[in-house]
This record gives sequence, C-alpha cells and structure tokens, in this order.
Amino acid sequence: MKSDRGDIELAGVCKSFDGATYVVDGVNLKIADGAYCCFIGPSGCGKTTILRMIAGHDDPTAGEIVIGGQNVVGLAPVQRRTAMMFQSYALFPHLTVRENIAFALRVRGQSKSDRLRAADAMIEKVRLTQFADRLPAQLSGGQQQRVALARAAITEPRVLLLDEPLSALDEQLRVQMRQELRRMQQELGITFIHVTHTQLEAIALADLVVVMEQGRIKQAGPARDVYAHPHDRYVAEFMGGQNVLSGRVEKVNGASFTLAQAAPEGIEVPLRPRSAVSVGDKVDIAVRRDDVALVRPGRDLPPGCTTSLPSRVLAIEYQGYFVKVMLDTVPDDEFVAYVPEKTFFADPFAVGDVVMATWATGSALPLA
Amino acid sequence: MSAVLADMPKSDVSKTVAPATTKAIAPSKGGRPWTFYVLAALFAFYVIALYGPMFCIYILSFQDIRGGLVFPMKGHSLHWFVDLFTQVRTGDVKGSFDRSIKLAVIVTVITVVVSFFAGLGFRKRFRGDTFVFYMMIGSLVAPGLVLGLGTGLLFQALGLNASWYTSALGAQLSWTLPFGVLVMFAVMSRFNHVWEEAAYDLGASRWQSIRLVMIPVLAPGLVAVALFGFTLSYDEFARSLQTAGSLNTLPLEIWSMTLNVTSPSLYALGTVTTIVSFVVIGASLGTIVLIQKRRGSATKG
Repeated sequence: MKSDRGDIELAGVCKSFDGATYVVDGVNLKIADGAYCCFIGPSGCGKTTILRMIAGHDDPTAGEIVIGGQNVVGLAPVQRRTAMMFQSYALFPHLTVRENIAFALRVRGQSKSDRLRAADAMIEKVRLTQFADRLPAQLSGGQQQRVALARAAITEPRVLLLDEPLSALDEQLRVQMRQELRRMQQELGITFIHVTHTQLEAIALADLVVVMEQGRIKQAGPARDVYAHPHDRYVAEFMGGQNVLSGRVEKVNGASFTLAQAAPEGIEVPLRPRSAVSVGDKVDIAVRRDDVALVRPGRDLPPGCTTSLPSRVLAIEYQGYFVKVMLDTVPDDEFVAYVPEKTFFADPFAVGDVVMATWATGSALPLA
Repeated sequence: MSAVLADMPKSDVSKTVAPATTKAIAPSKGGRPWTFYVLAALFAFYVIALYGPMFCIYILSFQDIRGGLVFPMKGHSLHWFVDLFTQVRTGDVKGSFDRSIKLAVIVTVITVVVSFFAGLGFRKRFRGDTFVFYMMIGSLVAPGLVLGLGTGLLFQALGLNASWYTSALGAQLSWTLPFGVLVMFAVMSRFNHVWEEAAYDLGASRWQSIRLVMIPVLAPGLVAVALFGFTLSYDEFARSLQTAGSLNTLPLEIWSMTLNVTSPSLYALGTVTTIVSFVVIGASLGTIVLIQKRRGSATKG
C-alpha cells in the first residue's frame, strides 16, 4: 500500500560526482507533509543537487531519502510520486499547452479523451483556458511557468520539486508568480520543495527555510527564525538585514557579556540561553539593521541603549519607506542602518557627518 | 518649388536633417550609392555564370525532332523527353532512374537512422569516441574513386557480385554517413537535454521519450539529414563507378550517354533529373518550414 504522505526525511545524504569532492556532504533534514520548504544558498552550494536527488534524477552516493516512510533511493520519479518543475520549465516545444499538460497521462497509456479532459480541468485551475491550443513559444514567461506547474501537478504527486522556478521572470512578475506558487501549494495540499538563491523569495514563501553552504546545512527553521535569529555569521550575512561585528570578550557579567570594540566602554551583549563564553573568546554578534538608531554626538541615547559607536556616514540611499545609511563603524565589515523615512527626514544626515550608532542592548545577538 | 517641399512626407524632412557625412552610404529614395551598382553587377554576373549553362541545357531539351546539340533552337516540342523513355538506343534511362531513386531512398533511410543513433551516442564521452570520430571523417576525406575501386576489388576478392544494392550501397554509405552524422551533431547540440529529463520525470520510458519528444523536436534536423543523404546518393558518381556492377545508376548512365548519345535527349535527361532534385529539395524545405510554422516562429530559450 503506497503512502499518500509527502513527508521527507534526508538521512546522511552525500553526493560526489567525481569521488573526491562532495557536492552534498552529510545532509540530515526532516520536512513535514504539506510543508513549503525553501533551500537557499549561493550557486554551487549543493541545493539543486539535493533537489535532483529527491526527484530521482541523481542518486545519492551515501545516505537515505525517505518519502512517506519509504526509502526511495533507486526508484524512478514516477514510483516516488514526485514531480519536478525545471528551471527553464523544459516545456516540449512541439506540443500545445494542452498536450504538454496531458503528457504524463499519455505515457501512462490513458485514452485520448480521458487525458485531454483531465488536462482541461488542470488548465482551468491555472487559468490558461484561452491559451490551451498555443505552443510554448507563443506564451509569456509567466504563462509558461503556469503550464510547467500544471504539467507537473497533473499526476497528483505527493511532492513537487521546483528548481529556481522564478529566476527566468522579471522582477514584477516574480512577486506575482510567487503568490501563485503559494496559492497552488495550498490548493494541492502537497509538499513543495523550492530551490532559490533569493533571500526575499525564501522568507516570503517558506514554512521551512534551509540555508546551505558548501554541501552542508547551515541552519534550517521557520523563516522568521532564520532571518531574525541566525545561528552564525554565514547565515546572518547571507540572509541579510544584519550587521555583523566581531571582537574579544572583555568580561562576563551574569546574563550578558561585554565585547571589546571600537567603543571605549565596549558593547554589552545578552548571552544566549544554554551557551557560555569566557573572557578572551573571539565572538561574532549580529545587530539588525533596522534596530540601529543614529544619534548626533552629544545628544541623549534613546532609552535601553547602552552602547554607542561613533561613525561617519559613508553613503545614503533612499529606499522609499526607509533610508539606508552606510557607516564606517567597524573597520572591515559594512555597517548599515535602516532608518525609517520619517525619522530620517526629521533631521537628515549628510555624507561625512559624524553620528553615534546605537541600539537597545537586548537586540544584539551573539552568533555561534 | 515651395509646393514640392510642402508635399514632402515627414520622413523625408527628417532625412534632410541627418548629418551630411552619412549621406554617401545611407540608402535614400532618390539614388543609391555607386557601390550598390558595382555589387549588383557582380551578383548578376555570378548568377549568370552559375545558372547560364544549366539553362542552356534546359532550353535546348525542348527542341523538336530536327533539334541538334547546339544553338540555335530548332522548333519546340517534348519530343526528346518521349524519346528519352522510349528509345533503347539512348540507353536504359528508365531503369537507371528507377535504380537511382531506390538506392537513394535506401541510403537516406539508413543514413537518417544511423546518424540519429550516432547523435544520441555521441552526446556523452565514451572510450574510443575520438577514434570512432576520426575513422568516420577519414572515409569522408578518402578520394571517392579510390574508395569505390577498393570496394569493387574487395567484393571481387570475396567472390561476391558487385551490384547497385550491395557494393554501391556500401560505397555510398561511406560518403553519406559521415555527412549525416556531422549534420546530426550540429542538430543535437541544439537539443536541450532537460526535455529528456522532463519526459523521464513525467514517467516516459526511454522509448517513449525518443518517440514522443526527441524525434518530433529534432524532426527539422532529421529532414535535413535525409535531404543530405538523398541528394548525395542521387548524384553520386565516383564511388558508384566501380561498384555498381552490370546495371548503371543514373549518373553513370548519363556519363556513358555523353560518350555515345548525340541527340538532345541527353539534355532532356538533364532537365528531368533537375526537376526531380528540385522536387526533393522543395519537399524537404517545405516540411521543415511547416514544422517550424506549426511550432511558432521562434523557439525560445
């Protein structure tokens, strides 16, 4: 009896193409049935390889891939009941939209009338009825994507795998199709695994964000966790929105410690629960860019702020609802403050101004 | 004068504003640059040199019974075409034409099938692939006459009778196959292997993926390979000369006719074979255009 559940477990999955270097290096992960999971990382981090291994287009060198309680390594995609949406959609250029969508039913030997009826129902679901008789070359990028989605979904797979599905679209369409993907996922009620290198896409869509680097998982968790509480410097920098500072621990005082830095009095950082640092350790901390407030020298710091770092304004970018202010606070890393538009223009800074960068002590986050 | 200026369309007005330096080479309504006439004359000369001789033959083949081998034209009729297919003294035109068409069809089928599978095979590297490739190119650069002679000798040594459907077929394939495979490589390089992967993902077997995806997508290329195979075989001379055995193919028949036939039926034969060639090429190109059209003018990505 085949399971209809689309929960996935990766256990010690490794992949090497040449026997020497591992593209995927010991990945363990559980993805719940019906979850929207995004793999994110720079190109070459192994995210697409993981996707292809789950899809059955590559076999792992070691490890198990379990879908719905069944180890699927060595099975064909059809037997796994997975379906893949390819990066460039891979629509068959010689078949119409309807024939493309009906293809999977055709190779299963369904009669022509049955499969075309099923295809038409699916075409309606993705709102392409008026384009049913067109060829892929006669469709826009967004329409092609919907055809690819419908073609993959028609066999009622329990897992749908999407390889950078939005990368071929322009910015505006990307945001629009993003919502459409989420809508389809909820409508179909199946597990979606989506590979992307765009942070915004991942946190906008996913229930589970998996950040990867060099074949390993750096952090996996709900979008908000990964964005607001990155484990380490890599995740903080990759997901963005954080300033990362490093320094040595000067003293440990109960629930917080002090980091020696450019500021004469050091930076006070709350300790993570169940973690310990000792004096002399080199530690990275993250401060959200939108938590940083800028105060002119000599003025009072906002309540709750104990640290203030003197900085010079390097550049200013207007971003609409906020203003991006780039500072030289730390010598080697970039340090940016996202100042709300209204706050900024109440007392605007100019490039070259000296300001004090400050934040509420509790919002500094020590990194692993 | 002012009236003329007022009547000038807007586009012309804008042209007069254009910098004077562009005038010399920019095409304008009034006159073309002198280089146009030089190049046009050169092109006309080329076309005449290319098609003139052929048209002389086509025209002379439509003379009546008094016709000779040279101009001027004596009357006009289809006499020499009838003569071509009825008179025995002009040689076995009908038989050789028949054989040539059959041979060309067999060669075409084998070339298309083998080239297609070679194209599939050469997508991945395999042991000795360069060796196989150079062997193939080798038979392409070997002088045809020598190759034909060798094939004939080999058949003789093995005690086999040379004939158009055995030894000549083999000799012609040594010519059409490398061509077909080279064309197929070019065709294959434009085939996106993701289509195959998508077919596999959707549950297609290897055979279904070839039949339902690869062959239809590659169809224009396969027609091109077929066209190559057919035309190369249809007018093949050097390799067939020593291998056709007792019964001639059409090019061999024409060659022997040039030695002993002194009537315009030789020209009639030229006209007929040209028409056949054009029909085949036209049909092939028509098929490709039809496929492309059905598929939408541009295949993106």
